[in-house]
Amino acid sequence: MDSTHSDPGHRTLAPVPVKILIAGGFGVGKTTLIGSVSEIQPLRTEEILTNESVGVDDTDGVEHKGTTTVAMDFGRITMGRELVVYLFGTPGQERFWFLWDELAYGALGAVVLADTRRLKDCFPSVDYFERRRTPFVVAVNCFDGARRYPPDLVRKALDLDPAVPVILCDARERESSKRVLIELVSYVMQLVKTKGSREPASAGQTGPS
Amino acid sequence: MQWDNDRHTEYWTDEAAGPLVRPYTMTGGRTRTSSADFDLVAYIMTVEQALPDVDLHPEHLAALDACPRPLSVAELASRLDLPLGVIRVLLGDLLERGLIMVREPTKDLKLPDERLLEAVMNGLHAL
Repeated sequence: MDSTHSDPGHRTLAPVPVKILIAGGFGVGKTTLIGSVSEIQPLRTEEILTNESVGVDDTDGVEHKGTTTVAMDFGRITMGRELVVYLFGTPGQERFWFLWDELAYGALGAVVLADTRRLKDCFPSVDYFERRRTPFVVAVNCFDGARRYPPDLVRKALDLDPAVPVILCDARERESSKRVLIELVSYVMQLVKTKGSREPASAGQTGPS
Repeated sequence: MQWDNDRHTEYWTDEAAGPLVRPYTMTGGRTRTSSADFDLVAYIMTVEQALPDVDLHPEHLAALDACPRPLSVAELASRLDLPLGVIRVLLGDLLERGLIMVREPTKDLKLPDERLLEAVMNGLHAL
């Protein structure tokens, strides 16, 4: 744990933060899941989009600068005095990848929420975490009235690595959302135990070590 | 730019200029801070209240007020209702003046270690 200003007292006061990302398409229930396990109402933080950050050379930039924001919702679970888990909902749109990078940096892992009626909405999230080698689980949010599919069918449809857990959940239910997070953490534990690092089995050995 | 004295109203912006109050006005147009990363989950704590300082905005002071105990950058931004980019510039100012301390999260990509994972697991089960 590094400290920009060294002060032993400060170190003991600030808990260790753990980031978990909640990803998935628009309206799939990310904020609902966060809210069901968070100890606080989900908070919202915003980032301003500038031309630089979206990588577009836009001559109208001055007018637009500071007018476009992208929101991220997040929740918090305090575990004793020393540990705080932050659940960050990723922005839905793919063009905000630069924000994903910041969110994914140092994250313990991710939950990709899927809706079987719009399964392809979660493709970009799955792709992103696979490419980045961020451990993730897929949680199928079982909306009322949506047809239930066995997890294996979802796995096949998403062409997932066999090791990636796929679970059914109800993001509105605290217990259910809790189980999703437990599934993610035990998956990461497995990866750490088997590989000595958190790289998924399929990712090879080329990542940072 | 136009003045409309008849109606005792001063217009010093027009449509082309866009809205006057932009979040980055309070940062003096700066969008970067060099002194620290201020990760979303970096913790900020106020170590000293500011002496009267013409360079500090009310938002700087609000940030100092918000962190008598360590608070994450994400929570601080949300509490002050400021975009992350803005809060980072303001925090950079405060850090330069020695008014806050920052603890960035561990940047070790080999993480997480088993003990941390076990602690998170226990915490989740206890929910």
